[in-house]
Amino acid sequence: MSDYILLIVSCIFVNNILLMQYLGNCPFLGVSKKMETATGMAMAVIFVTVMAGSMTWIVDAFLLKPFGLEYLRTLSFILVIASLVQFVEMFLRKSIPTLYAGLGIFLPLITTNCAVMGVCLINIMEEYSFVQALIASFAYAVGFGLALILFAGVRERIFLARVPKPLQDTSIGLVTAGLLSLAFYAFKGMV
Amino acid sequence: MAKTTVQEFTKGLWAEVPPFRLVLGLCPTLAVTKSVENGIGMGVATTFVLICSNMLISMLRNSIPKRVRIACFIVVIATFVTVVELLMQAYTYPLFLKLGIFIPLIVVNCIVLGRAEAFAAKNGVVASFADGLGMGLGFTLSLTALAIVREVLGNGTFYNIPVFGPSFKPFAFMVQAPGAFVCLGLMLCIMNVLGKK
Repeated sequence: MSDYILLIVSCIFVNNILLMQYLGNCPFLGVSKKMETATGMAMAVIFVTVMAGSMTWIVDAFLLKPFGLEYLRTLSFILVIASLVQFVEMFLRKSIPTLYAGLGIFLPLITTNCAVMGVCLINIMEEYSFVQALIASFAYAVGFGLALILFAGVRERIFLARVPKPLQDTSIGLVTAGLLSLAFYAFKGMV
Repeated sequence: MAKTTVQEFTKGLWAEVPPFRLVLGLCPTLAVTKSVENGIGMGVATTFVLICSNMLISMLRNSIPKRVRIACFIVVIATFVTVVELLMQAYTYPLFLKLGIFIPLIVVNCIVLGRAEAFAAKNGVVASFADGLGMGLGFTLSLTALAIVREVLGNGTFYNIPVFGPSFKPFAFMVQAPGAFVCLGLMLCIMNVLGKK
């Protein structure tokens, strides 16, 4: 049990996927200008990452490994993720329209979010068991959401500040992300 | 025609240089630029994928149905990434180990898919080749520039050769995650200042 708690803490804080592993930075800078979009993106990522993490683990364990097809990992994972995203989109549109209205526009973007693919690959590289992979996917995605929402909060305030012209927009965003990353860096001594 | 091909090539080098001007493909930009060697390796691998996928997609552009085009592009890109993965495993194994997870992640590098969608799907093979080469070189140069700053300051070395002598105390912040963000932010700022003139 304590192993799982350790895994969760290390995935959310110590190895935060955005600020420590540098994955998923494009949506991080792209959708973090408003709190609402950041929250929507965070929810969509958590939803898809957990599903993709477990699906790719199953594909890897029962399809690729038994037949010695590990070199097709990249190709099969991206296909699983792309079709999963498409499927989730259709399912939500039909059955839970309110949720779809909230997440809708972020779903197609997730296919090319390296955080999702990255988590799937990390699960395989660390040789996690199925339960561990499931927990790690969830925790990584929560870490992504946490960092994204924190960053959006900071960015909303920066919008009101007077930033020197050459530093505006992405540039100041990156410097802010650096400072946020420095804060997360302090968690390194924890585990 | 010859002139436009040259233009397609050169726009990737300055006017639309990927990580800075288009702000695409940031993840590998931040992650692998700890050392110049990694930066160049990543840049070359991405360039290869970019050129091949651009050319193939451009050749197939009239036969790919519009509604499933993204899925088709991803399959093409993933195939070339697998090729790169296997090639690097065979010929540059130490570099393959260092870049690790970021080689398969070229698939989801927004630059590659972005160029396929924005350029190769609408233009001829020669123009797409030039575009891919230009964008790839621009990406490689940006990675190298960032890597030089980070490696020299953070490690006191350039391409694994010490530059400052033994008394230099490395500025370790630069090779860690926070330094990557701050460094890229400041370089973007410098680019903005230069671009104004």
